[in-house]
Amino acid sequence: MNPLSGTLADSVGLLILLPLLGAIANGVVAIGWPRAKGVVTGIGTGSVALAFALAAGIFGVMLGQHPEAAHVVRLWSWMPVGELGVDFSLQVDRLSIIMALVVTGVGSIIHVFSVGYMHEDEGYARYFAYLNLFIAFMLVLVLGANFPVLFIGWEGVGLCSYLLIGFWFTDEQKAAAGLKAFLVNRVGDAGFLVAMFLIFRTLGTLDFTAVNELAPRQLGHGDVMATAIALLLFLGCTGKSAQIPLYVWLPDAMAGPTPVSALIHAATMVTAGVFLVARAGVFFALSPLAMAVVGGIGALTALFAATIGLKQWDIKKVLAYSTVSQLGYMFVGVGSAAYAAGIFHLVTHAFFKALLFLGSGSVIHALHAAYHHTQSHADPQDMRNMGGLKAWMPRTFATMWIATLAIAGIPPLAGFFSKDEILAAAFARGHDSPVWYLIWFLSAAAAFLTAIYMTRMMLYTFHGPNRTGEKEREHLHESPAVMTIPLVILAVLTVAGGAINLPHFLPASGWLHHWLEPVTRSASNLAGEVHLSGGVEATLIVLAIAIAGAGIWVAIKKLRPEELVSAARAPAETGFAKLLLEKYRVDEFYDAVIVRPVVWMSRVVLWKGLDAGVIDGAGVNGAAFLARTFGWIGSRLQTGQLGTYLFFFVLGALAIVSALMR
Amino acid sequence: MLLGPSLAVSAILFTLGVVGVLLRRNAIVLFMCVELMLNAVNLTFVALSQSLGLDGQVFVFFVMTVAAAEAAVGLAIIIALYRHRDTVNLTNINLLRG
Repeated sequence: MNPLSGTLADSVGLLILLPLLGAIANGVVAIGWPRAKGVVTGIGTGSVALAFALAAGIFGVMLGQHPEAAHVVRLWSWMPVGELGVDFSLQVDRLSIIMALVVTGVGSIIHVFSVGYMHEDEGYARYFAYLNLFIAFMLVLVLGANFPVLFIGWEGVGLCSYLLIGFWFTDEQKAAAGLKAFLVNRVGDAGFLVAMFLIFRTLGTLDFTAVNELAPRQLGHGDVMATAIALLLFLGCTGKSAQIPLYVWLPDAMAGPTPVSALIHAATMVTAGVFLVARAGVFFALSPLAMAVVGGIGALTALFAATIGLKQWDIKKVLAYSTVSQLGYMFVGVGSAAYAAGIFHLVTHAFFKALLFLGSGSVIHALHAAYHHTQSHADPQDMRNMGGLKAWMPRTFATMWIATLAIAGIPPLAGFFSKDEILAAAFARGHDSPVWYLIWFLSAAAAFLTAIYMTRMMLYTFHGPNRTGEKEREHLHESPAVMTIPLVILAVLTVAGGAINLPHFLPASGWLHHWLEPVTRSASNLAGEVHLSGGVEATLIVLAIAIAGAGIWVAIKKLRPEELVSAARAPAETGFAKLLLEKYRVDEFYDAVIVRPVVWMSRVVLWKGLDAGVIDGAGVNGAAFLARTFGWIGSRLQTGQLGTYLFFFVLGALAIVSALMR
Repeated sequence: MLLGPSLAVSAILFTLGVVGVLLRRNAIVLFMCVELMLNAVNLTFVALSQSLGLDGQVFVFFVMTVAAAEAAVGLAIIIALYRHRDTVNLTNINLLRG
């Protein structure tokens, strides 16, 4: 008997039901009374805040009970088919409750921010309906007790992501960005599905608890099947969590409203892949190859995206590539079997990246309003149109600097602890396989670039002279309290968030590590524990701080915000900077290698050739031609002359008689 | 007892009937040829009943009954046809042509 049964944890289904009902109610309001913004605000933020309160309540119970095993709440039998018995069941365990807290907590804050950000928008009710639906699906994802239920959430958040990226669907480019996100994710999801099939085929079950028990017994260490499952699952992760080679959708996803970027494309949905690797950790732990691939892809993505982030002018694009880069870190963490470190970075990243996105939203909101006043068509997201905003937006300015220092890895902010733990874990894993030293090096290089591009973003946005324009400048103002208070809350979390998993030489250390230990135990044991000596660890920490400091210093020394000119008058980039601004032309490469051939195949071969030619031509028209020809031949026999009929009748009678006589 | 000549006459009559049905175009003549075939068969029945028992003779009555009925219906059709088309030449009656 699980200690959680009979407690608040039994009502975990309500956790999903609340935002789901909110979504339905807001959907009804969106159709019936689109102007009723007060009702929408109440339903939208209220349902998520209630869900957060419930999650916090369950977490409180768990803190008292210290349950080791997962508490599975079976809602109904979903797919009882022969050997396969999938229940729609939810699982309260130490990992899922942390994720649920992050989703509903950060989700509530962002909902409140959205009230200010989206207030003028005509689709206000529709926006909140989608956002609530997203929270519901995200909770299904993190609370699901087996792979299929997780997959519902996985696809559901993908749907909401699509709906919200293309929220302003009358703009063709934005609708296309939504479509791109959806399609790229299909590639990864195919991998996820095949992985699920393989898991069921190998282990005969899809429940997390059973899988965790059976996998180490039925699959050997380095088993090909374990590697295949792990890599296919990871293919799903590269889609959802925007890793090489499927990262291309995330930067385009910035077409959606900025709070959506903060919630879905920074704090929660894109981290689902990291969560999945932690959930299905046994498969990865059984396969050193898969671990190296996860870590390697993570480190490569971290570095690759960071270089692109160096030269972007769109403030949201900088943050988008930063997100891709930080997700790479998380994969380095979970790939090196340091699950707690990966989840720790997921949590802290949710705080500081949501803060950065909401901050950028606040900035864009101000610039948009200013340009709107003067009827200007300048780009409110281009940093070349900003500059010196600290004078007008002191609260946004201060909170965003906190987040910047956190993501750069300056102690004692949250990002420092989590990033340092991942780097240390990767370095320690080098003891098993030297490739991890390379992964560590790539990650450290990415950390250096992170400090540079984030400082660049802050310098160009808030420091130096203002480039918004003479008339527009008068309309600049700080965002209302409904938007700045969420910033302050997130800033507090960014400062204090590191406390949940302090390094072991500090007092009250490693809380998250110990907390997640029952969940990650089986996978960690399989992967083997690795430890660093105190001296090496201290060196790494000093090095990490030095890297972060050097990055910020280089950016401050090298960049000259006062020499920038506004976007309209800016000269074109040349050389390597142009290549970076064009994101290494990866989109163009994919377009030439994948999209165009597929479109050509579809249009020329499948449509014109197979569909119009073979199926319509030979199939449909061919059958009609055959029927008509035989019909014509048959109709020639019907002469209408009685003599002909009689002639054939006699002929037939004679044939029968002759046959009988033989 | 005269079995051979009887069957021979019957065969000749039947063949005449068949040829008439195939070659003539007048509906009434065609009808008469059918009667000829029926009576040829009747002759066969009667001839064979001498050696094979009375069943054949019973059959003859059936055939004659059916032939009478058929003649009634058939002549009625031909009269209706003539009223409608002013001809009984079957070449001109080809509504079923495909």
